[in-house]
Amino acid sequence: MSMESEHGATTPVKPAVSLPPATERTLAAPAAAPSPVREFLSTRGSGKMADSTFAAVMLACACSIFVIVLFIFWVLIQNSRLSQAAFGMKFFTREAWDPVSGDFGALPFIYGTLMTSILALIMAVPLALGVAIFLTELCPRPLRAPISFLTELLAAIPSVVYGLWAVFVLVPLMRDTLGPFLVKTLGWTGLFGGANFGVGLLTASIILAIMILPIISSLTRDIMTAVPNSQREAVLALGATRWEMIRIGVLRNSRIGIVGAIMLGLGRALGETMAVTMVIGNHPDISRSLFAPGYTLASVIANEFSEATGDLYYSALIEIGLALFLVTIVVNAIARLMVWAVTRGAPARVS
Amino acid sequence: MKKNVLAAVVLALAAMGASAQNINGAGATFPYPIYSKWFNEYAQQHSGVKINYQSIGSGGGIRQVSDGIVDFGATDGPMSDEQIAGAKVKTQHIPTVLGAVVPVYNLPGVSKDLNFSGDVIADIYLGTITKWNDSRIAKDNPGVSLPDKPILPVYRSDGSGTTYIFTDYLSKVSQDWTSKVGKNTSVKWPTGIGQKGNEGVAGMVRQSPYAFGYVELIYALQNKMSFGSVKNASGKFVKASTDGVTAAAAAAAKTMPADYRVSITNAQGATAYPISSFTWLLIPKKGSDPAKTKALKDFLGWMLDHGESEASGLSYASLPKQVQDMVRKTIAQIQ
Repeated sequence: MSMESEHGATTPVKPAVSLPPATERTLAAPAAAPSPVREFLSTRGSGKMADSTFAAVMLACACSIFVIVLFIFWVLIQNSRLSQAAFGMKFFTREAWDPVSGDFGALPFIYGTLMTSILALIMAVPLALGVAIFLTELCPRPLRAPISFLTELLAAIPSVVYGLWAVFVLVPLMRDTLGPFLVKTLGWTGLFGGANFGVGLLTASIILAIMILPIISSLTRDIMTAVPNSQREAVLALGATRWEMIRIGVLRNSRIGIVGAIMLGLGRALGETMAVTMVIGNHPDISRSLFAPGYTLASVIANEFSEATGDLYYSALIEIGLALFLVTIVVNAIARLMVWAVTRGAPARVS
Repeated sequence: MKKNVLAAVVLALAAMGASAQNINGAGATFPYPIYSKWFNEYAQQHSGVKINYQSIGSGGGIRQVSDGIVDFGATDGPMSDEQIAGAKVKTQHIPTVLGAVVPVYNLPGVSKDLNFSGDVIADIYLGTITKWNDSRIAKDNPGVSLPDKPILPVYRSDGSGTTYIFTDYLSKVSQDWTSKVGKNTSVKWPTGIGQKGNEGVAGMVRQSPYAFGYVELIYALQNKMSFGSVKNASGKFVKASTDGVTAAAAAAAKTMPADYRVSITNAQGATAYPISSFTWLLIPKKGSDPAKTKALKDFLGWMLDHGESEASGLSYASLPKQVQDMVRKTIAQIQ
């Protein structure tokens, strides 16, 4: 019976199947056979209790986020007291990291974290947008599935594998081919001075860019797919070219979602530890050259935490964790402000 | 095969059910391979005792045993006076095996093993010796044509006992090193790049021409890496070997303090390898649980009688005879 009715829903066979009893039923149908949903709703008891319980449970779920964040924050503050007492707020602006004499500061690590993440975004965002636009708007149908699949596969690769690949492929490439090329073509900027050993800020940024590319591109693709086709057709109907249609009809409508995707990518870049540690050179210095080794907040914690023997040293590493926490919050806040500034007063549909 | 696994599981469950003496330890990663071998064998030979060891690092080992979280700790660098003063649980250092650190390098076109003086190594990492054909490197290596290329110093980025031993040695042979850098599980390196773990340093050195680094002797031996010789306190260039490390420990045995907190880098003796060190277990001087203390003492006795002879199989240097005799007496004093 159910098979038949299901079948009937999609094909024109329906009248033939349900014809025999139809003569009697057609008139009585609305009264005698209410819709299954209505039937369910009328047979179950009062929903008042269930409703309020459900609301309370959901509220608890939402609050758990606050509790978790506050708890992490509290633990970080509590365990870094020694270092806070020794260096105060200057900890975040000091350029020193000497476990022997107990002199600590977070600035080179904050610099390394921000620098690698921003460089990674600069490289990954245009590429990711390109991938997403191609997939949603331009891609021939047979190619769409394989490219989407590969992008998602990239996102699933563990970071240590990226790190290994970087050490064995990217580092020699950087040292022997890419580095000399950059010096020759962009050497005048002063960003590529000094010795190039293949490891450093730039190599770390490139591996980060590759890692965040799939996140940004697959989210952006999903967001663009969600833009209704009527939007595209309307813009085309007004005489737009394909590029204008993508710009006005698609990108403009999905820009908030795209910024959200970029934020998620940035979040991963800021916190990425393993792959970065393997290629950044782990030397806490602030240097203008992108070839110079650097250090990130996450890397120094991963590297030195297990063998941090002194109490102040231990406490300073926890405060580095606090710094990472704050950097993430500040960067996210700035990004939200930027989104708000861009979209304020400008409805999405007006180009 | 499946049956064996099943039998092992059943045995393990049975052993747990029989309320085996569980002893928990944590600490240094460097001796982990030999410790886990010892603890496994000991558990097989003594059905009532199970020793669990987590290699969380020396810092964690010291903290956890000092706070009484674990029954014993392990460390690659001796505890400092402040750490001992601040510890809730007072512990006795017990040396177990020895390790050494060797210089490795990547010098295309040079096949001969190079010699290094301690002060030259220090100056490479201080950034005052920057080229391979520096006259001071050349002086130690007569007849070797050294290239006019910049040296890339590579160091351990993760805190490690290896770095502790290495910087401890450099502090002894270089005044500049003591005043500018000092010794610790990680230090403020004036120059160079950091890589994680022995494998990170070795990998970087292997693939970067003109790089210079340091790794554990065990790592170099097991991976058949070539490494340089280092000048010892008697002025001889010694290539590291487990025997040379034991010789360094034997030289230090005469002046061994009762708490075994001694550095044997740059030891006297013509055959002594200069960059070597003990690694220690940290045993509470007064155990809270007599049964556990007895089990630990039994294990330490077993370690001296049987365990030490297995050390060389895993490329660790064993304790010299004199030190073993001292340790035996110390164990008897643990309550």
